[in-house]
Amino acid sequence: MAKIQVSTRINNENIDYLCEPHDTMLDILRNQLNLTGSKESCGSGDCGSCSVILDGELICSCLMLAAEAEGSNIETIEGMSEGGKLHALQQKFLEKAALQCGICTPGFLMASKALLDHNPSPTETEVRYWLAGNLCRCTGYDKIVKAVLEVADEMKESA
Amino acid sequence: MSDTQYLAAKTIDEAVNAHEKANGTARFLAGGTDLLVQIKSGIRKPNLVIDIKKIVELNSINEISDGEFEVGASVSGANLNRNLKFAKLWPGVLEAFRLIGSEQIQGRASLGGNLCNGSPAGDSVPALIAAGCKAVIAGPKGKKDVPIENFHLGPGKTVLENGEMLVSLKFPKREANSADAYLRMTPRTEMDIAVVGCGVNISLENNVCTHARVSLGAVAPTPLLIKEASDIMVGSKLDDDILNKVSKMCMDACNPINDKRGTIDYRTKVAGVLFKRATKLATDRIGGNK
Repeated sequence: MAKIQVSTRINNENIDYLCEPHDTMLDILRNQLNLTGSKESCGSGDCGSCSVILDGELICSCLMLAAEAEGSNIETIEGMSEGGKLHALQQKFLEKAALQCGICTPGFLMASKALLDHNPSPTETEVRYWLAGNLCRCTGYDKIVKAVLEVADEMKESA
Repeated sequence: MSDTQYLAAKTIDEAVNAHEKANGTARFLAGGTDLLVQIKSGIRKPNLVIDIKKIVELNSINEISDGEFEVGASVSGANLNRNLKFAKLWPGVLEAFRLIGSEQIQGRASLGGNLCNGSPAGDSVPALIAAGCKAVIAGPKGKKDVPIENFHLGPGKTVLENGEMLVSLKFPKREANSADAYLRMTPRTEMDIAVVGCGVNISLENNVCTHARVSLGAVAPTPLLIKEASDIMVGSKLDDDILNKVSKMCMDACNPINDKRGTIDYRTKVAGVLFKRATKLATDRIGGNK
């Protein structure tokens, strides 16, 4: 069966790949493009550990076919730091110890980035609702929520 | 799904023709938040997946005339949520749609998909029925409109025949002094499937109800329009006596399943309660509160 050729932009690079009709975006990111930061935990859109930003929209890459990505722009966790410098959210997650095992962390970071892209000064309630699609089974959510709120505050001060 | 083919249709005709030719073995793909889960778990095994998001009509929100919206079948929750005018005119539809899943799911999930998935518990459906919305369907014999309350035939079953595709949802023109609301009951506080859902859409003139539609979800094999409710609400001031009567009608209309998430008695009782609360919320919205 002929593979499907897909042209995309991933983390500001033009990337073409060949995929099977049944490959998910997550399959291609992890197994073909070696972008293994996005994790597969549930595979059904419940846990958020495969979160990426597709054309500005936060999505689960496990619930998207790789073939659907033709012509689209994708941001993954691998594109979050710039020139070796961690994104403010990544730095704050470290400082606040907002992670333990780390499996859910790339998803939380992408979701948090999408939130601040859409809403630079969210309330705590808004942060908690927005991150409700990301599950952490180690550390609980308080430190994560506080980290996001602190970054939002710091962004406001520096703006 | 290893033998499944993928087609990104560019036009309605291309999608409809491909679906018709596949003779019952094709599925349309909008956001994929139901379909891909069903394929992965083996519930559905389509030979052909027809991606409809690249068809302009299906992915756009149009204001046909002032206050009259047509929303493409594959428009996502995140996208519709950004349309401030739609949000102002149809707060009940939007709140129902936005209850579905997480932000990640909202980035993809569509009103059209929620409708075509055919679940009796789809959150947006009672709100669409209450709104008086119509499904615009394209097929081998051309286009037709179907009122949403006639769209479902049973769990997972819709009026769509081979080759027919939902194109958009057409909302009636929004009158002044009217508002809608949707409330649901779930065992968990968020991100759960409705045990009961209730959509209410009303118009008031000098505190007298001039238009009313009430719909219930998750309490019968299909979402329900409570037709008799409109008859006694219109012309009334929606006082306690009327609300109690309609609440009873809602309970009488229930024919729910009994499961670990909600018993028949519980679902039935909650349907009556949610009707009253949703009506209060819609009334408050007309008054400018909420």
